[in-house]
Amino acid sequence: MQYGLTEEQEMIAATVRSFVENEIYPHEELVERTGEVPREIADEIKRKTIELGFYACNFPESVGCAGLSHLEFALVERELGRGSMALNHFFGRPQNILMACEGEQVERYLMPAVRGERMDALAMTEPGAGSDVRGMKCSARRDSGDWVINGTKHFISGADHADFLIVFVATGEDQTPRGPKKRITCFLVDRGHPGFTIRDGYKSVSHRGYKNMILEFDDCRVPDAQVLGEVDGGFEVMNTWLYATRITVATMSVGRARRVFDYALSYAAEREQFGQKIGKFQGVSFQIADMITEIDAGDLLTLAAADRLDKGLPANREIASAKLYASEMLARVTDAAIQIHGGMGLMDDYPLERFWRDARVERIWDGTSEIQRHIISRDLLRALGA
Amino acid sequence: MKVLVPVKRVIDYNVKVRVKADGSGVDLANVKMSMNPFDEIAVEEAIRLKEAGKAEEVVAVSIGVKQAQETLRTALAMGADRAILVVAADDVHQDIEPLAVAKILKAVIDEEQPGLVLAGKQAIDNDMNATGQMLSALLGWSQATFASKLDIEGDHAVVTREVDGGLQTIKVTMPTIVTVDLRLNEPRYASLPNIMKAKKKPLDEKTAADYGVDVTPRLEVVKTEEPAAREAGIKVGSVDELVEKLKEAGAV
Ligand SMILES: Cc1cc2nc3c(=O)[nH]c(=O)nc-3n(C[C@H](O)[C@H](O)[C@H](O)COP(=O)(O)OP(=O)(O)OC[C@H]3O[C@@H](n4cnc5c(N)ncnc54)[C@H](O)[C@@H]3O)c2cc1C
Ligand SMILES: Cc1cc2nc3c(=O)[nH]c(=O)nc-3n(C[C@H](O)[C@H](O)[C@H](O)COP(=O)(O)OP(=O)(O)OC[C@H]3O[C@@H](n4cnc5c(N)ncnc54)[C@H](O)[C@@H]3O)c2cc1C
Repeated sequence: MQYGLTEEQEMIAATVRSFVENEIYPHEELVERTGEVPREIADEIKRKTIELGFYACNFPESVGCAGLSHLEFALVERELGRGSMALNHFFGRPQNILMACEGEQVERYLMPAVRGERMDALAMTEPGAGSDVRGMKCSARRDSGDWVINGTKHFISGADHADFLIVFVATGEDQTPRGPKKRITCFLVDRGHPGFTIRDGYKSVSHRGYKNMILEFDDCRVPDAQVLGEVDGGFEVMNTWLYATRITVATMSVGRARRVFDYALSYAAEREQFGQKIGKFQGVSFQIADMITEIDAGDLLTLAAADRLDKGLPANREIASAKLYASEMLARVTDAAIQIHGGMGLMDDYPLERFWRDARVERIWDGTSEIQRHIISRDLLRALGA
Repeated sequence: MKVLVPVKRVIDYNVKVRVKADGSGVDLANVKMSMNPFDEIAVEEAIRLKEAGKAEEVVAVSIGVKQAQETLRTALAMGADRAILVVAADDVHQDIEPLAVAKILKAVIDEEQPGLVLAGKQAIDNDMNATGQMLSALLGWSQATFASKLDIEGDHAVVTREVDGGLQTIKVTMPTIVTVDLRLNEPRYASLPNIMKAKKKPLDEKTAADYGVDVTPRLEVVKTEEPAAREAGIKVGSVDELVEKLKEAGAV
């Protein structure tokens, strides 16, 4: 990794950071209290993001977007990570898997998505299939030239605001020496399509207002034109397009950890007990030292993984390491920040308890910490034939 | 018309300022620096004039250490067309005094021939509030300070000024120097396309010597002190008690 950021990259990060501080922070309290993002606020964030040319900045110039590199986009997401996920959902970053759109799909899905006219959400997880994606039961069968989808998806983030869903379902099964293996196909399904229902999911302790929804498919009939990529090619589109987006959780964890750290640092510098600033006690100051060291490590690990993506180098293990380390680092940092705040850290007068709650999901979604460790170790051991 | 906007690199307004142990000034080592907020307002106003078809070109100028080019890039990313960096110091702690800045600006203006100079009313680091006025005297141009509204009408500018008693509207002859106040506008964020373009915009680098200006300090800082810590307040239980306390303090 070539070390250091260019002036432009610094400016991209500074601009997003100042956007988050000025356009997102002021609404956070309302979202925390009500669990909802009012329509007007959502629309305003979206409008401003479009005006600034940041909407869909993860998409290439060929579709009229900024075409940021992986590293630059990681900086954008890192700074967004400081703010409420429910709000910065409208600082739109559509799933880049939409680049797989072909023919009329381009005008129906890709272009409206990058212009901020239609929002997407991505559905893989099912009640019976989380880490084990191939265990999915939601399936589509052929019926007089169409596909008929049946089954349930849950935990689908952003589906409450989605105009269409990117859904992975089973379209068959192959017998292999290691047992049966599902064939997966990716479909684009519009909100309101007959046989397709989006309903409220569970109340989550993390990220209030950023809802997870349940999708139900009941004899939902769609034509071939709704297949994204090839029939039975779900894993190929997944691997081509979702590979890089796994870095998102890592970058956001780093940004949020920095925000939390700043609260802890200033509290340690101001709060007095036993006649002096608590930051003077080694018990507190050493926590501060460990926090910033871990945050910097997470930052560098994440940017280095993004840099590998830009250079076209293998990054599977590096992305997994970044996701694993940054999400677990965030858990430790938010916990220490509460400790430094003493009892007040738990009270909702301060945002610390919220960051502590929010941190919990980062070790679970987008591949649990265990699955990341599995990816990392397999990458190393498989090469040695183990 | 060409608009010239001087921009200063100053300690970021969010940074908690620390006085150096020897009292010679404020510690700027490893501290976040940004564009002086009043200058940001001046850049914004210049870009708005350009968007309104009243200006053709916006040129940003910064005088100070080499790192001020970051400040100029910010101005370019906001929408300025080109930038001039005049390197006049190699230590961030060396502040170039208003008279020297005004002299360098005069030299730049002699070359560039702008029809309008838009400057911040003061820099938030030393609060001098002098550069615009000195520049006006050196050039023999009109000046309108503390602007909260600006209209260009042919060879005149109509400027609303924030004065102690309220607002004052004056008409000045162009070319003129306008120093801007807080309420003139709300500066924009740099847009992503403009950030990407900023790198390609011209940034000329000069030195104070190129303009024959001596920047040796003429002022001596005798002492720098932290502001006195504010004493803790008290809570009162009722309006009556409040009135009583105010009376005790001789405030009513
Ligand atoms: C708030 C929220 C939003 C989400 N948003 C989306 C979304 O938008 N779209 C989407 O498709 N999904 C979404 N998810 C789903 C998320 O990706 C899954 O929760 C995650 O993959 C884990 O699956 P699971 O919850 O079913 O846990 P399980 O897979 O049941 O895991 C339970 C435990 O077993 C462990 N485990 C499982 N397999 C192994 C193994 N092989 N080795 C070691 N340990 C193992 C896990 O690490 C975990 O600790 C979301 C989840 C949440 C909580
Ligand atoms: C839900 C709740 C209920 C409570 N109920 C009661 C109650 O019924 N009655 C009551 O009297 N109190 C009660 N408390 C107060 C509780 O006992 C205090 O919160 C606790 O003693 C810590 O004090 P503090 O919160 O002021 O933190 P602080 O003392 O300000 O501590 C802040 C941080 O500095 C550290 N620190 C402080 N001094 C040192 C040192 N010398 N060396 C190293 N580190 C140091 C602390 O460990 C902590 O990490 C309650 C608190 C909570 C959160």
